[in-house]
Parts: sequence; structure tokens; C-alpha cells
Amino acid sequence: MFKAFLIKYGEIGVKGKNRYLFEDALVNQIKFALKEVEGEFAVTKVDGRIYVQAQSEFDYDETVDALKRVFGIIGICPMVQIEDNGFDDLAATVVEYFKQTYKDMNFTFKVNARRARKNYALDSMQLNAELGHVLLEAFPELKVDVHKPDVLLQVEIRQQINIYSIEIPGPGGMPVGTNGKAMLLLSGGIDSPVAGYMIAKRGVKIDATYFHAPPYTSERAKQKVVDLAKLVARYSGPITLNVVDFTEIQLYIYDQCPHDELTIIMRRYMMKIAEELANQSDCQGLITGESIGQVASQTIKSLYCTNEVCTMPVFRPVIGFDKQEIVDLSEKIGTYETSIQPFEDCCTIFVAKHPVTKPNLNVIKKSELKLAEKIDDMVKKAIDTVEKIEIN
Amino acid sequence: MEAYLDNSATTRTAKEVVDIMTEAMLDNYGNPSSKHMYGVNAEKYVKDAAKIIAGVLKCQEKEILFTSGGTESNNTVIIGGAMANRRRGKHVIVSSVEHSSVKEPFRYLAENGFDVTYLPVDKDGIINPEDVKKALRDDTILVSVMMVNNEVGAVEPVEEIGSIVHEFNKDIIFHVDAIQSFGKYRIIPKKMNIDALSVSGHKIHGPKGTGFLYIRDKVKIRPLILGGGQQKGMRSGTENVPGIAGLGMAVKLAYTDFDEKIARMRQIKNEFVEGVSRIEGTQVNGRTDETSAPHIVSVSFPGVRAEVLLHALEERGIYVSSGSACSSNRPELSSTLQAIGLDKSLLDSTLRFSFCYETTSEEIEYTLEELAKLLPVLRRYTAH
Repeated sequence: MFKAFLIKYGEIGVKGKNRYLFEDALVNQIKFALKEVEGEFAVTKVDGRIYVQAQSEFDYDETVDALKRVFGIIGICPMVQIEDNGFDDLAATVVEYFKQTYKDMNFTFKVNARRARKNYALDSMQLNAELGHVLLEAFPELKVDVHKPDVLLQVEIRQQINIYSIEIPGPGGMPVGTNGKAMLLLSGGIDSPVAGYMIAKRGVKIDATYFHAPPYTSERAKQKVVDLAKLVARYSGPITLNVVDFTEIQLYIYDQCPHDELTIIMRRYMMKIAEELANQSDCQGLITGESIGQVASQTIKSLYCTNEVCTMPVFRPVIGFDKQEIVDLSEKIGTYETSIQPFEDCCTIFVAKHPVTKPNLNVIKKSELKLAEKIDDMVKKAIDTVEKIEIN
Repeated sequence: MEAYLDNSATTRTAKEVVDIMTEAMLDNYGNPSSKHMYGVNAEKYVKDAAKIIAGVLKCQEKEILFTSGGTESNNTVIIGGAMANRRRGKHVIVSSVEHSSVKEPFRYLAENGFDVTYLPVDKDGIINPEDVKKALRDDTILVSVMMVNNEVGAVEPVEEIGSIVHEFNKDIIFHVDAIQSFGKYRIIPKKMNIDALSVSGHKIHGPKGTGFLYIRDKVKIRPLILGGGQQKGMRSGTENVPGIAGLGMAVKLAYTDFDEKIARMRQIKNEFVEGVSRIEGTQVNGRTDETSAPHIVSVSFPGVRAEVLLHALEERGIYVSSGSACSSNRPELSSTLQAIGLDKSLLDSTLRFSFCYETTSEEIEYTLEELAKLLPVLRRYTAH
């Protein structure tokens, strides 16, 4: 029955003269999301509203699921659209619409008709009354409630006539591409995909960096990160995933520096490399899945030390979340199952039994002096040899 | 250079196997149950395969049941055998070093009211037949022992165990998991007092998803898969004709020039064991002499994480297993290695190297060289 959707959007409606930019971005994101769905669709912007119209047979559930992943949408209204063939035809369609949409008619309703095309024979008030009357005759169990109806039937007289009464909540946020671009440090864990999702939700386009340490991390661990990037891309749109070969640097730090400082120093170099890659691809920020106190490298003092190497802002959207809150969100966005696959953590071989939890920046910097001989070349090589995987 | 030393996980499918399967799929694609010519032609592959296998085992063709592989063969005999004979008793016996496809069905029996006795093994992974004698009871209905252990290559005294079991009570089903030993040994069930024998196709250069279960005539087993009554009702479902044809061919190849092939594997194994023992900081587990399987070696590398070494070898084109392949994607420690009393610190530092008759001395030499180079490097970066 439903062949079209009215897309409702929130915050972007208030962006003044930039409004069209946001709307165009939203149209693009909707088109991208629907590419994976069976069926042909037209996505159009008419009179300050966005419509999705099916041009062929399509899978309704898949379409709604795809639209529910497009940031910027606050509501998805499945619509019946008809040509204007007079009031009797409209009345029959509305009755049929109720029959198909609702099984049990034991509820209250109100008709809310609007005439964008003023030459229609009946005005809004008349339409409300007449359509309400037709419905009450067809379904005697129905009751009218003009203040707090269970069902609000919208009838819009435009070039065509739109009939709808259901609004499926969208994810909210802003269309991706309207708020710049940031580099996500993507590990194989639970937190970083959630962090990427949250920043993408604010309209930020995302690229990602993964630190691969063969043979200490396996091909399967890398595949898992690619899989996670694909899951994030379902919300954020295409992602360029940078895979950095980090083994040489890791071993060098292991050889030269005190073992309880390994993780901090390692993370400082990860941030440095990620920032350089971010600069190269026009990003304006870094994103991590850090949460205060979750592990030794995420105490405030540790974060202070790792943050110090960056000049770009570092966004940590899950910083105040408990682990369970992050887990809940990862389940909601569908990354949890992939995140908990057991591959790796060969990388743990480099974790000291008792890593420092209150690192002192001066001490860390002094330790890093021992890396002076080769580290710049190694970092350069890691950046020059980065493998770029296009996720879309 | 490449060295595929993971032949106990699976082998390369032989060309002749692929050829006969192609023919069975492209030309003779009939359903063996069909009455017309296509059905007859398809049935011929099944009959031929049964004939080849019966010839090798010196048994009757009707004693061969084609399955989807080792796991199904083991499940069929353990669960189907126990269920069909449970009125005579509810006691079953199994070794403590079995593959999961035996271990799990026994756990299922334990959960369903059967009493399971687990046989211990010595430091080489070998069962003492005296322990079998002690474990047997009046209500014992099933004894299951693997012939070659998949992780350390220990060879169990199945013939001796078989005679002990049958001397005690002829009605007890003695099952042997021969998945790692078929094709490496001549196995004559009747002579060895074996009532049921599980075999997998892809361990002997046959196709994956194929295998068979030898069931001695008159041994009662309740079928697990019900339906159209194919294979005399023991396993319903249209026969996997191409798979069975490929399996038959693989069996034929395995026992052609058999002694030469085994001698070649044994030679390769000796070269490897000798070489790896010379590398500092290695420990070969279990026996390596003539009483061990000709194609499996378990080596521990103290101070090195098995998975790291595995991936480091992989980078150099050398492919091996940590634990058994079927369990390597779960981060659990091998119960076989625990059962043979391997030091706890070595459980996560052990790799399995497994060979086939195609393995060359050059591959072994290359592997040994790379191991000797890698170990000191990897050892330096072990967390302490």
C-alpha cells in the first residue's frame, strides 16, 4: 500500500540561510542509504520537504531500516499518495487506508487536512468534518477526539494528495557531510565504533585508522576491523580505512623504553600518526573511544599524556560513559557481535603486567628521548606505507 | 617458498578426485534413487566407492555408511549406538584425549542419563589397556578410542583394547575414531575387534563434507537423520554422489603405493624432528619414533606465544596449526596437551606440524631455517 515516505527532519530546519546545504546533504545521504535496498527510489525536495518515492517494487522493511540509519531524519512517515479524482475517491481511499493500517478500530482519531492548493473544492475545515464523518460511518467503533487523538490522520492537498498517520522515529542528528570530517582511531574493540557512530551523528564525515602489528595481530583481527568499519559506514557513509603497519615502532619502543610506560608511549605515537593521516585527508579532528578510567591508559593523567602530542581537537564522545552504557549502544547500532569476536589480542603481549596509571609527562618525554635515533624515520615509513581500504 | 604443513587440518584435493567429481556433476548427475539410466549411472559411483573402501578394510560393502565427514560419523555411532543399545546398560567409556566431535557427543550422553568413564593417558598421550580392563562393567555398551591423536600424533593400542573389550563382552560396541589414521595405517576392523570406524575424506586428499562410518554387520545403531530411507534407512537424504565418488578415489589413491608414501612421510617427519630438536629452546611433545604417527609432530616453544609464531611463519609462507584447527578460533587451551601433562606455561606455546606424501625435504629445510631465525627475535619481545 505504501509507495512513498515523507521524511521529517529536525535541527537542520533552523539553520537559516544554510538550510538548503543541510537539506541537500540529507537528500544525498538518503540516496546513499537506499543504494543497498532492493528497489528504485526517487528522493526529492519539494516545498521544503523531502519525499522518498518508490519507482518500482521494493522491500518495505528494508527501506525503513535503511532510513532509520540516516542521521538528520527525526521521523519517517509512510504515505499513500493519490491523484485528485474528486472527494468520493479520496474518501474511499481514506477508508481503505484505515482498513489496511489498523486491525482493531477501537481508538480515537482526528483528521487534520491541509490545503496547500487553495482551489480544492472543500476547505480544510470541511474536509476534516466530511472525512471524519465517512470514517465514523465505515467503522462505528471509532471515536473522535480532537484534543488528544490516538491517531492523527494527515491529509495534504498538494499537486497530489498525501495521506499518512504513522511516524517512525529516525535517529536524529545532522546529515553526514554538513560538519566537516574527522579521523576515527578504530581498534577491534567495543568502544571505538560507538565513538565513530556518535560523532557521525552530528553530521561529521569519518575516516578511520587502524594499527596493525603483524605477526602480533592476525589477518583475522584486521578483517574484524574492516567488518566494523563497514558497520559504522552504514550510518556514516563511505569511510577510508587507513591500516598502519605498527610492528616496527612497537618493537623499537619495547627495546628502548621502560616496560611499564609502553602503552602510554605507544599511544602517543598512534595519536601522532593518526593526526598526520588526518591532516593529509583534510580532517579537522580525531575521534577515540576512550572513557575515563576504563583501563590504565585511560586515566585522566594518561589521557593528559597522550593528548599532549596532538594539536587537533580530540573528540571522545564516550568519555563519561560506563562500560555497560557503551555496550548497550553498540548492541543498538549492531557492532557489538563483531566487536566481541575473539581474534587477536596478540597485541597484549606488549602490555606490561603493571602499567603506569599515573604517568608523569616529563618522565615519559625523557623516556622517549631514547627513541631519538630511529623513531622519526619509522613514523615516516609507517605513514608512507599506509594501506588505504575504501569502505562503502 | 611455501610450505603447507597443516595436513592434519586438511589436505589438498587430489587431481584425480576433482576429475571424477566433475564427471559425476557434469555428466552423471542423476539421483541414485531414480529408476532411469541417469539414476543407475549415479548409483554406480556410490557402489564403486563402497567397493574400494570395502576392499581396503576387508569388509562387506553393506557395512559402509557414507556421511558428511568425521564429525557426523562420530556422532552417528556414539549417539545412535548408545540409543539403540541403552536397554542393555547405560555405561560408556571414552579416552580423555578425544577430538571435540567425540567429546561433545559423550557429553550429550552424560547429560541424558548415561554414565561416562574417561580413560587417562600417559605423558606420551597413550592409553594403558589395563585401564580399559578396569573400567569395563556389566552395563557397559560402548567404548570409543581414537587411533591417532590429532594433536600429538600418539598411536593408541586399539587392537589390544579391542580384544580386551570383546573378551569381556562381545556385545559392547568398540568404536575407533580413525580420522587421523586412515590412509596412514592398514586397518582391518575384523582382525582388530573394531565394531565401528569413523573416517573423513578431506584428511586424505578427498573432498570436504565427505566421510564414512564402517559399522560391523549386526551392530545396532539408531539413525540420526530420518527421511526417504536412503542407505538402507541409516542415513536418509539423497547421497552426495560427487562427494562419495571423490572419497572413493581418495581412498584408492591413499592405498596405492601405500608403503612408499608412508615411508616418505616418515622420512620427512624424521628430518623435521631431528632439525627442530637441534634448534635451541624447542621441545618435541610425545613420541617421535616408529610407534608414533608418520605425519604429526607437536612442538613447544617456551617463551613464545603460539599464535604469534604461527602468524610470523605465515608471513614467510609456512602454514601450521596451534592446537587443532577446529578449535583454534576459540581461545581455549588444548585438553589433550593438558591430559599429557604438558607444563602449563607451554600450553599456549605449542604448534602442530603435519605432513603428507607431497611434503618435500626442501620445505622442511626452509621451515627449520625460518624457525631458527624467528625464535630468538620473538623471544626477545615476550612480556615478563
